[in-house]
Amino acid sequence: MTDTVKGAAPAGEPILQVRNLVKHFPLTRGIVFQKQVGAVKAVDGISFDLHRGETLGIVGESGCGKSTVAKLLMNLERATSGEVFYKGEDITRLSGRALKAVRRNIQMVFQDPYTSLNPRMTVGDIIGEPFDIHPEVAPKGDRRKRVQELLDVVGLNPEYVNRYPHQFSGGQRQRIGIARGLALNPEIIICDEPVSALDVSVQAQVVNLMEKLQDEFGLSYIFIAHDLSIVRHISDRVGVMYLGRMAEIGTDAEIYEHPTHPYTQALLSAVPVPDPQAREQRAAGADSGAAAGRGRIILSGDVPSPADPPSGCRFRTRCWKAQDRCAQEQPLLAVPEVFRGSGTPAEHESACHFAEERATAEAA
Amino acid sequence: MSTSGATDAVMAPEPEPPGGGEERPLLDVRNLHVEFRTREGIAKAVNGVNYSVHAGETLAVLGESGSGKSVTAQAVMGILDSPPGFITQGEVVFQGRDLLRMGGEERRKIRGARMAMIFQDALSSLNPVLSVGEQLGEMFRVHQGLSRKEARAKAIELMERVRIPAARERVKQYPHQFSGGMRQRVMIAMAMALEPELIIADEPTTALDVTVQAQVMDLLAELQREYNMGLILITHDLGVVADVADKIAVMYAGRIVESSPVHDIYRAPAHPYTRGLLDSIPRVDLKGQELYAIKGLPPNLLHIPPGCAFNPRCPRAQEVCRTDVPPLYRVNQERASACHFWKETLDDDSAPSGDA
Ligand SMILES: Nc1ncnc2c1ncn2[C@@H]1O[C@H](COP(=O)(O)OP(=O)(O)OP(=O)(O)O)[C@@H](O)[C@H]1O
Ligand SMILES: Nc1ncnc2c1ncn2[C@@H]1O[C@H](COP(=O)(O)OP(=O)(O)OP(=O)(O)O)[C@@H](O)[C@H]1O
Ligand code: SF4
Ligand code: SF4
Ligand SMILES: [Mg+2]
Ligand SMILES: [Mg+2]
Repeated sequence: MTDTVKGAAPAGEPILQVRNLVKHFPLTRGIVFQKQVGAVKAVDGISFDLHRGETLGIVGESGCGKSTVAKLLMNLERATSGEVFYKGEDITRLSGRALKAVRRNIQMVFQDPYTSLNPRMTVGDIIGEPFDIHPEVAPKGDRRKRVQELLDVVGLNPEYVNRYPHQFSGGQRQRIGIARGLALNPEIIICDEPVSALDVSVQAQVVNLMEKLQDEFGLSYIFIAHDLSIVRHISDRVGVMYLGRMAEIGTDAEIYEHPTHPYTQALLSAVPVPDPQAREQRAAGADSGAAAGRGRIILSGDVPSPADPPSGCRFRTRCWKAQDRCAQEQPLLAVPEVFRGSGTPAEHESACHFAEERATAEAA
Repeated sequence: MSTSGATDAVMAPEPEPPGGGEERPLLDVRNLHVEFRTREGIAKAVNGVNYSVHAGETLAVLGESGSGKSVTAQAVMGILDSPPGFITQGEVVFQGRDLLRMGGEERRKIRGARMAMIFQDALSSLNPVLSVGEQLGEMFRVHQGLSRKEARAKAIELMERVRIPAARERVKQYPHQFSGGMRQRVMIAMAMALEPELIIADEPTTALDVTVQAQVMDLLAELQREYNMGLILITHDLGVVADVADKIAVMYAGRIVESSPVHDIYRAPAHPYTRGLLDSIPRVDLKGQELYAIKGLPPNLLHIPPGCAFNPRCPRAQEVCRTDVPPLYRVNQERASACHFWKETLDDDSAPSGDA
């Protein structure tokens, strides 16, 4: 198997450092006198770094907390605890003018190109709106010109500036969202499922655009998606989330070719490979979790509720390797002892007491 | 070798099923046309679809959003929204008889009992105010005249068949009390209830998580084998197709532009659109390079381009493509392609010729 073809070492110094980030949404009962009866542990102790100029992919199944992480980084939600350092400053504590200054540098692109744009505003107004909040970036007289430049940058006809969102296709609307994200010359763009709603052929156009813009403007991306092959394509490093925690994080080759966490292994094995020959190969292997050497791992059951997560390791209710220890002791995200100093691609952070490599089914 | 495809313009009615000498197909859709008459004009959603499925076979219908996959399925099932939708031409031959020429009553009997459908969004296709058991049981009460009690026992049995844990307790629960994956199992159970010969599954796992999707696809494949059902699987996921299909029909602008056994099409597509789709899959060995992207956008069905509908986006388009609608050329016994230059496309194994 090929190892890290692309630069394994993350480019540049960390621009964003996330430490023990927690977000609990209170569950209340009662109408007049609300009483807290529990909490949805949407994000429950997440740490990672984002380096300048890199793309960090975040994958994980529905409800594992990806969008909540994105909102916390944007300060659209208040963290329950934990820190997010932007250039050394904890932005979770900021407000007012200081927060506004930071926000200029961290922008977001949303999943749904159909609902994230105000249907009653023209494209020019949508893209130019950030200038109302940050007039210093584009003085009044310059705005129209600046908006047209942005349209041009994302490959839309600058003459479309007076059109409304419904006059555009999904891919074009996503470009409008990206143009808006670029308006304030940010350093970081957080993309929450930016291409998930798009057709295959259009998805490729948008991904290419994002990569081009990254090179041009030296942007750092956090790229959240559930399509594992797109994430691999665009990311330098990838974090895998499960039920509010980070299960494993490493370079794309470490995660995709040498995963050591059982959840990552199951997730990767479950992705249908667009090559019919893979199914014969897989049929030759075993197909139930425990026995699986190379074949597909079919997990049993669903993801548990984040309001009542399992003790210890969050994955233990679906893990075929779970032991007593997994129920008692929470595995921390760290390089597992067995691989420490090994210099192999298995030497990356994985939150499992029994981390080990599994021969993955041959990818094409 | 690469003569113009136009010289052997043999119309392929429908390629033979893989394996050759089998008996007639279970379902044979011939030259189906559907249009929607709307205020903005006539949207030609389905423009001459041909496909067939045999017992025990899985046909994947692949295509981008709006290409007419669901509308075709609705026309086959007899649940097309009409008006505004109208079937203007074609035949839907099921077990030897054209459903489009059957009376309403007879058709209703076939629907549910002989052919059934699974939808993408289980929550909105199940009745929210009836328990899952009542909905499953109703199938038996209406179609087989079973008593309430018998129907309930059958419902539990079915829920166990689709591996819903604690079926006996959960039979009383309502759809919203089930997770997405479990709801999709309920949908499968409903479709399977009367052991139909044909199931049409319209994006059955698109709304599900990867690990749950794998469970559900596995279940569907197992049931299909067991009952030797014909399965039409509608999807836009090239991975799912490669995983389960025997043959593929690729749709574009309301037409099947290529149909082929699954292995052949992935090895060497015979239509530039199929080729473009396959080329836009991210590949590990090409990481760091630009993804191949089909340029432009899918057509507006109110104004389908003249000639080949794909011509404004096609890297291979010639003058003839802008004027002449390509017929469905027969590539071999089992394959067909609606491209004037199918031969050249098939022979061409170099890098995509279009601008990325
Ligand atoms: N405002 C809120 N109040 C209560 N619970 C919330 C709120 N927002 C999110 N949650 C819950 O937090 C958990 C994580 O949600 P989040 O949207 O971050 O998931 P996600 O990983 O983005 O999922 P998806 O892939 O479906 O977008 C979910 O269980 C969700 O229901
Ligand atoms: N009830 C309707 N009235 C008017 N137009 C319709 C109606 N139903 C479908 N259409 C149109 O018919 C065309 C084909 O739709 P269809 O639902 O078959 O696409 P699809 O291939 O299933 O796409 P998707 O992948 O998005 O499900 C679309 O342009 C759609 O807008
Ligand atoms: S810690 Fe235990 S339960 Fe968790 S992933 Fe590792 S083996 Fe499985
Ligand atoms: S007929 Fe012409 S335009 Fe259409 S797919 Fe073939 S080469 Fe392209
Ligand atoms: Mg989300
Ligand atoms: Mg559809």
